[in-house]
Amino acid sequence: MKELIEKDLSILRQEEYMSPGHLACQGCGAALAMRHVLKALGPETIVVLPACCWTVINGPFAYSSVGVPVLHTAFETAASAAAGVRAALEVLGGPEATVLAWAGDGGTFDIGLQALSGVAERDEDILYVCYDNEAYMNTGIQRSSATPLLAWTTTTPLPRPKPRPKKDMMAIMAAHRIPYAATASVAFPEDLAAKVIKAKIYRGTKFIHILTPCPPGWKSPSEQTVRLARLAVETKVFPLYEVEEGVRHRISYMPKGIPVREYLRLQDRFSHLQEEEIGRIQKLVDQAWERLVKKALW
Amino acid sequence: MKQIIEGNHAASYGAKLCRVQVIAAYPITPQTQVVEKLAEFCGEGSLKARFIEVESEHSALASCIGASAAGARAFTATSAQGLALMHELLHWAAGARLPIVMVNVNRAMAPPWSIWADQTDSLSQRDTGWLQFYCSSNQEVLDSVIQAYRVSETVSLPIMLCLDAFFLSHTSEPVDLPEQDLVDAFLPRYKPQYKLDIRDPHTFGGLAGPDHYYEMRYEIQRAMEEAKGVILKTGAEFHRLFGRSYGLVEEYRTEGAGLLLIASGAIAGTARIVVDALRDAGEKVGLLRIRVFRPFPVEEVKRACQGAAKVLVVDRNLSMGYGGIFHQEVKGTLCHEPHRPLIFGAIAGLGGRDVTPRVLEEAARRALSLDRVEEEIWWLGLKK
Repeated sequence: MKELIEKDLSILRQEEYMSPGHLACQGCGAALAMRHVLKALGPETIVVLPACCWTVINGPFAYSSVGVPVLHTAFETAASAAAGVRAALEVLGGPEATVLAWAGDGGTFDIGLQALSGVAERDEDILYVCYDNEAYMNTGIQRSSATPLLAWTTTTPLPRPKPRPKKDMMAIMAAHRIPYAATASVAFPEDLAAKVIKAKIYRGTKFIHILTPCPPGWKSPSEQTVRLARLAVETKVFPLYEVEEGVRHRISYMPKGIPVREYLRLQDRFSHLQEEEIGRIQKLVDQAWERLVKKALW
Repeated sequence: MKQIIEGNHAASYGAKLCRVQVIAAYPITPQTQVVEKLAEFCGEGSLKARFIEVESEHSALASCIGASAAGARAFTATSAQGLALMHELLHWAAGARLPIVMVNVNRAMAPPWSIWADQTDSLSQRDTGWLQFYCSSNQEVLDSVIQAYRVSETVSLPIMLCLDAFFLSHTSEPVDLPEQDLVDAFLPRYKPQYKLDIRDPHTFGGLAGPDHYYEMRYEIQRAMEEAKGVILKTGAEFHRLFGRSYGLVEEYRTEGAGLLLIASGAIAGTARIVVDALRDAGEKVGLLRIRVFRPFPVEEVKRACQGAAKVLVVDRNLSMGYGGIFHQEVKGTLCHEPHRPLIFGAIAGLGGRDVTPRVLEEAARRALSLDRVEEEIWWLGLKK
C-alpha cells in the first residue's frame, strides 16, 4: 500500500485535470480541493455532483472545468446517484473507474445524509468527498449542521450566532463501519493526496471530509485560505486523521496546538466573539481532541 | 408459455425479459411483490442485474438516474407515497432524457391512509415529462414493460406504467410469458448515444441559462409528440412477433355509438361488460379506453369522438377543485372540434371503492337520458 501511494504521489505534481476558467470565487478552498483530489485520482474518474458551489464552479452548460465525466444531480442524491453509476459500471464491464460523489456540507451533513447513510450501510463502492465550507455558501451563507458553534451566518445573525456545535460527521460515517474514512485539508496536499489514493485502492464506501475555507462565507481575506486551512489543523479545530473499518483511528498529523483564537481572529464570521466565548470554543476543541487521541490509542 | 400470475409479477417478468441491468427499488404496498420477485431473479442468477436495496424511493430513482446515465437499462417500481417522494427526480429523469422504465401501482394518497386503487398518485405527476401508460390487464402489464423500453430508448424519455392496486396488482390472470429469444429479437441491447464514459468525458445536466433551457424543453415536447408514432410502430412490430396489439387508445364497439364511455385502467375492463349489456338492450354505446395518457392521444380521441353525440368520462382520480383528470383532458382535446359532443364527467371508485357494472350502467343510462350537461362532476356511488 505504502509503495503504491508513493508511486502515485511521485506523478501527482505533473498532471492537472482542472482547467482555468472555472467559476470559483477568489481564494476558494473547494476549487483547490477538487484540483488536488483529481490529481490524485487521475482521469479514470466519474464525478457525481449534487447541488453545491461546484454546480456553479464547474461552469455553465456546454463548459466543464474538469477533464473527466460529470453527472449533475439533485441536492440530496450524491451518494445514491453515485451508487447507480457504480452499479452500471459493474454490470456493463468496461474500464475501471472511481465513482466520486462530490458534495458540500449541506448536501452531506443535512439533505443528503439519508442517502449517504444508505450507501454506506450497503458499502457501495464509491468515494464520497464532502468539501466542507461550513454553511450553504452557494445560496448566500446560511447555516448548515456543519456550521461551527457561535459562527455568524445569514440565518444565524447577530446577536444570536449559531447556538449548537458542528455535527460530528466523521463519527457518523465511522459508525457505519465503512472501510475507510479520513479528514483532509487543502493546506496539506500530500496528506490529502495520499488519503485519496488509499481510498481509491479500498473497495466499498470511502468517505473523505475536506475542510475548505470560503472567503465570502467566512469573511476572510482570499489570500488567507491555505493559512486558515492550516490553522484549523494546527489548532486542533479540524484534526487530520483516518478511521479504518469504523474502529481503527490513526492521527495522520500531530498538530502544534496553537490557540483557537489565532484561527478565529482571521474570520469576520467570528469577530463578535467575547473572550469567554473563545474560551468555550477552546474547551470544546480540547475535549474533542482528547476523545480522538483516546480512540487513536485504542 | 401461459402462467397464472398477478399483475405485480407480470411487471417483474416483463423487466426480467428485458434483461434490465440495474434495479433500484424500495418496498411499498401494493407494489412490494414486483421488487421481491426481481430480487429473487437476481438472487438465483436468472437475471444478471445489480439490485440496489435503497433506503427510500427518492434514492431508488436517483440510483436509476445514475445507472441510466452510465449506460445501463434501469428499472424501478413504486406506488402512491413513494411516487410522490420521487417527484423531484421524476422531473430530473425526464430533463436528463434518461430511458428509465418504472411500474407504478396506482394507490390512493394519504391521509387518511389507504392502500387501495386510485390514479391520483400518477396523474398528479402528469407534468414531469414521463410518458404514462395505463394498463387494464396483467398481460398488458408484461407486454407494456417490453414495449416501454423500446419506446423509451428511442425517444430518450422515461416511461411510467400504471396498474390499479389490487384489481390488477394482486389479481391473478393467465399471462403468456414470451420466449426470451423473441424478446431479445424485439428489444436489442441499450446503446446510448451519450453516457458517462471516461474514454469520452462529457458533463450532463450543468447549469443552463435562459439562452439554452427553453430549447431543451421544446425538444422534450417534440420527443413526446414523436413518441406517439414510435408507440404505434413499436406496437405494430410487437403484434407481428407476439400476436398482441395495443395502441394509444383502444376502441371497443364504438361503431355507430351515440354515447362513448371513456375510461382507463381496470375500470375499462368493467366498462366493456356494461357496453355489451347496453348494446344487448339496443343502446348504441361504445368504449374508448385511453391507454397512453402522456403523450395524450389527441388525434385518436378526436377521431373516436367524431360520431358520438355524448361522451362520458369515468375517472378514478380527482384534481381537487376542478374534477376528473381524464375528463379535463378530453374536454381540452375536443374544445376546437366543430361538432363537439356533450362531455359528461364522472368520478368513481376513489380509494379503491368498487366500480361495479351496475354503477357504470346507471351512469351510462343517465348520460343517455340527458340532453345537456347540468352538473360538471358526477359522483358515482357517493354515500349521502
